[in-house]
Amino acid sequence: MSEHTPHITPYRTLGIILLILLTLTFVTIEITSIHLGAFTVTAALLIAGIKGFIVLTYFMHLKHESLLLKILVAMVFVLFAIIVLITFIDYAFR
Amino acid sequence: MSNHEVHEHVHRDDEAQKLGMWLFIFTELLLFGGLFLVYSIFRAQYPANFHESSLELSVTLGTINTVILLVSSMSVALSLSAVQKGNYKLAKIMLLLTVALAFAFMVNKYFEWGAKFHHGLYPGSELMQLLDRGHHLYFSLYFFMTGLHALHIIIGVILLLISYVKIQKSKVVADNYMHLENAALYWHLVDLIWIFLFPLMYLIS
Repeated sequence: MSEHTPHITPYRTLGIILLILLTLTFVTIEITSIHLGAFTVTAALLIAGIKGFIVLTYFMHLKHESLLLKILVAMVFVLFAIIVLITFIDYAFR
Repeated sequence: MSNHEVHEHVHRDDEAQKLGMWLFIFTELLLFGGLFLVYSIFRAQYPANFHESSLELSVTLGTINTVILLVSSMSVALSLSAVQKGNYKLAKIMLLLTVALAFAFMVNKYFEWGAKFHHGLYPGSELMQLLDRGHHLYFSLYFFMTGLHALHIIIGVILLLISYVKIQKSKVVADNYMHLENAALYWHLVDLIWIFLFPLMYLIS
C-alpha cells in the first residue's frame, strides 16, 4: 500500500474495461435512438455517469489511491451537483 | 565519502506530484462543468431549438470519435502498466498508438467542423447571426465546448510525446514514471469530458 509498492493494472483488466466502455457507448446510442421523452436524457446521463465512474476508478486508477484523494474527487462532483442544483432552483423560481 | 552520497540523493515526492496533477484536473472538471451548466440552462429554455440543432450533427462521426478516444485511453493506460513492468518497447508503441488515435480524432473533427464552415456555420458568421436565439446558443456552445476539448487533445498529445522522449532517454523508468502517470491522467481527463460531451451534443435530441 505504500508508495514503494505501486499497483500495476494488468493489461487484461484494461482490455475488459475498454470492452465495457464500448458496450455502454453503443447502449447509449440505442437508448437515445428510441424516443422515450424525458427518460432518454436521464438514461443517457446515467450511463455517461457510469462510464465516467469506470474511467476514474480503473483508467485513472483511483481504486488504488489514498482515501484522501478519493474523498477529494468525490467532493468535486458533490460541489458541481450543488452548483447545478442552486442554479436550477434560481431559474425555476425567479 | 559520505558527503558525496548526500549530494547524490535527489528529493522526490511522487504522492505530491500526483496530488498536484489531480488538483489541476479538479479545475478542469469545474471549467467544463460550468460550460455543461450553461448548456443545461439554455437547453431547458430552448428545448425545441436545441433538439433541431443537434440533428445537424453526424452521430456516425461522433460515435467514431468516441470509440477512438476510449481506445486511446486504454492504450495510454497500457503504456503506463508496461513502463511499471519495465517493458519500455511496448510502452513506446502504446504511446505512439495513442498519439496516432489522437491524430485520427482531430482529422475527424476537421471534416466535421469543415462541413459546418462550408454551410456558413461558424462563430460570428452571417448565418449564425440570422439564426433563432436557441440555435445560435446551441452552435456557439457546440463550437466552444468541442473547440476547447480539441485544444486539450493537442496539449495532451504534446505531453504524451514528451513522455515518449523521456522513456527514450531513460528519464521515465520502472521506478520513476510520474511524468507518464500525470500525462496519462490528463489524457483520461480528455476522455472523461468527451464521455459527457458526446451524449449531450450528439445524442439527446
